Amino acid sequence: MIALSLAAKVMLGAGLLGAVAGVVGAFAVLRGRSLAGDMLAHAALPGVVLAFMLTGSRNLATLSAGALATGLAAIGLMTLAVRWTRTKEDAAIGTALSTFFGLGVVLLSRVTRSEAGGNSAGLNSFLFGEPGNMLTSDLVLLAVVGGAALVIVVLLFKEFRLVSFDPDFAASQGWPATGIDLTMMALVAAITIVGLPMVGVVLMAAMIILPAITARLWTHRLQTLLMLAAALGAVAGAVGARVGHGIPAGPAIVLTAAGLFLISLLAAPEQGLVVRAIHELRLRRRVAQDHLLRSLFELTESQLAETYEPVTQFKLLRADRHWSASRLRRLLDRNQLQGLLTVAGDSVRLTPVGVRAAAEAARRHRLWELYMMRFAGAASDHVDRSADDVEHMLPASVLLELEAELSTAPGQRASLPPVPPSPHPTEEPAP
Amino acid sequence: MIGFAWGSAAALALAWPSTADWWIMATGAVTAASCAVLGAFLVLRRMSMMGDAISHSVLPGLAAAFLLTRSYSIGPLLAGALVAGLLTALLTQTLHRYVRLPADASMGVVFTSLFALGVVLITQVKGVHFDRQCVFEGAIELAPLYTISIAGIEAPRALVVAGVVLAINAAVLLLLWKEMKLSAFDPALSTTMGFPAGLMHYVLMSLVALTAVASFEAVGSILVVAMLIVPAATAHLLADRLGAMVLLSAGLGAASSVLGFALASHFDTNIAGMMAVAAGGLYGLAALFSPRYGVVSAVIRNARLALRVIRDDLLGVMYRLEELAVDRRLTSRDAVQAVGGSPLARWGLAGLIRRRQVLRRGETLELSPEGRAAAQQLVRAHRLWENYLVQYLGLPLDHVHEPAHRVEHFLDPELQASLERKLPDATHDPHGRDIPS
Repeated sequence: MIALSLAAKVMLGAGLLGAVAGVVGAFAVLRGRSLAGDMLAHAALPGVVLAFMLTGSRNLATLSAGALATGLAAIGLMTLAVRWTRTKEDAAIGTALSTFFGLGVVLLSRVTRSEAGGNSAGLNSFLFGEPGNMLTSDLVLLAVVGGAALVIVVLLFKEFRLVSFDPDFAASQGWPATGIDLTMMALVAAITIVGLPMVGVVLMAAMIILPAITARLWTHRLQTLLMLAAALGAVAGAVGARVGHGIPAGPAIVLTAAGLFLISLLAAPEQGLVVRAIHELRLRRRVAQDHLLRSLFELTESQLAETYEPVTQFKLLRADRHWSASRLRRLLDRNQLQGLLTVAGDSVRLTPVGVRAAAEAARRHRLWELYMMRFAGAASDHVDRSADDVEHMLPASVLLELEAELSTAPGQRASLPPVPPSPHPTEEPAP
Repeated sequence: MIGFAWGSAAALALAWPSTADWWIMATGAVTAASCAVLGAFLVLRRMSMMGDAISHSVLPGLAAAFLLTRSYSIGPLLAGALVAGLLTALLTQTLHRYVRLPADASMGVVFTSLFALGVVLITQVKGVHFDRQCVFEGAIELAPLYTISIAGIEAPRALVVAGVVLAINAAVLLLLWKEMKLSAFDPALSTTMGFPAGLMHYVLMSLVALTAVASFEAVGSILVVAMLIVPAATAHLLADRLGAMVLLSAGLGAASSVLGFALASHFDTNIAGMMAVAAGGLYGLAALFSPRYGVVSAVIRNARLALRVIRDDLLGVMYRLEELAVDRRLTSRDAVQAVGGSPLARWGLAGLIRRRQVLRRGETLELSPEGRAAAQQLVRAHRLWENYLVQYLGLPLDHVHEPAHRVEHFLDPELQASLERKLPDATHDPHGRDIPS
């Protein structure tokens, strides 16, 4: 056996725990059982104390076996309560959690009072986590249980995947869905319990959820998700255990994992807040531009018969849209850059390109208004608002359909823009 | 559990509790009631775990308030806890709604991270009196030691605080009763009717945070979580009306405290833990024996139904045998064999004989006039249904007996009358046998 320093052992143990908790936690999160880790961690306490009372040994494997027993009992009772009574899952989890934990506290206090105090020190570490007490044998237990869990995940990967995403379909295909489901939960239970002495009750729940949910932000593929969750958990564990400066390892590990979650929340490619904010901003700009162009069209509609570059006044535009002067200025500047209009003093002039864009915006709006009046029976003074909301989202294909539906002769095709005949002979495709 | 309860009740009667014991019980009961009235709404909104989450995540609020003010006075601590509680609710909601993470995962991420932050904040403060074990287990046994005097009576501070919190919770709930009720059952409808369900959610969460932090010192977080969830879950099994559920929940919370105290003194163990166990025990009893929603009640209901079905089947068999005009009469054994031969079948036959619908004639059985009338009704229902299946659903003749056999027990006179209207000239069933009138 290689002799490791305590710091190295703790770091190795925390990294290992993080990686395995990430993998099994991914299944718990996907099955909508994120809080199962929380419940298991609490329900393990009476088992730990009972195992100690019965055997008198403070050996980690013995205590963990007791913890597993009461943890599984809590899951079983909770499942039965949900299936057989009116109690919903959240209340059943809460009830099992607090009753079992209360029982654990009761038993622990019996142990403390019956034997000269301090004898329960090893048991207390299950409550709060004491990574500093880690023995090499604890590390070996962690490695064995974690390794076994990973092997099971690899062997039953297909089954786990099926049941994680669609348990009803799995059952209808003849898979033992309940058994597979229970196997996943048992893995979560085993990992939660070997992790307890390291990070404590509340924070073990975090180790199950955080790496998995962080990985979920980055990918939609299960394999990638599992590997990512393992990597994130390992990094959080190893870095958190290393922090020091009087910060206890358990909370440091969880806060590292929470930090990784926050970074992912901001930076993730699809669900990340930054990307979403950019999308939102772009959409708002497009909507504002559509509204501006339509206002310009409506204000200058009477001039269009005579000129391609109609003019209107800044204050008319402001009155029409109820925008602040600065907002309108910014919007006009942006459109000026795109060559849709020119601003000179207080007058706003549409360019020929702008006229076409403005006419397009007004056309979309009015088509929707007409459609609402004709087919939804809306009154003419009720359609403007709904058109304001919808016009920006209408894809070209829907516009063509609207045009066809609204043309005077039913069944007639949507009109084509005038295309001049080609000035040179074009090749007809061979029939 | 019940045995223990009686045992400790006897112990109580022998050793009448001291004044300090009364104070402890009262503190536990009032704290439990103040948690349990809120719990009813958490359970109905399916947010029970929010109670668990908030009672953990007030920790950084407490720590930050202490760091900023360097005092243990209640005002800043309450403010810190409220902010942390609301933050938990807000962040959970944001992660769920805006980032579209699952609701339970959002909650798990937020409260565990905040709790970790709280632990770190506390270890960074030098000289803070903070006992981790105390946060979990509380020190309700010490409640009578810290007293304040009100109107000349020396009462435990924790009891007074709990009393004030209970009064606040009761006042807010009474004031916002219909809004809370509507938003608990149908948030969407509530919002469309102008009672913003979101606002009610945050009102409830503020109350939970306030209650959690006020109860913390006295009874510890296990008891807060237990009393927020368990009595309300128990009451949900017993009551169908919100008002009854809230009152029952408060009563059950108080009862678990008293019971837990009695058990804890009997076994000389942690009081708060035992109160949580007592609440869980009461839940277990309700889950088994609640008249409407209990497991045992459901088993009894099902057994009764099975017995009724088997009695119906026995009557049907005997009637059909008479109808075939065979002189043969069934012996008890044949009759029981004809409906499956289970102990339930024997029981059903005994029931028929007791009701005098079937009479014993020596070795054999025969229908009494009342029994025959009942059997006729049943066979009539069966054959009407067969006709209906053939005529309106177009089922083939050999497919109608089984469904009719299953449905015949549930066709009440009203349904039979409407079948008759649909089948005005039905005198024979699809197999050609008479439909008795």
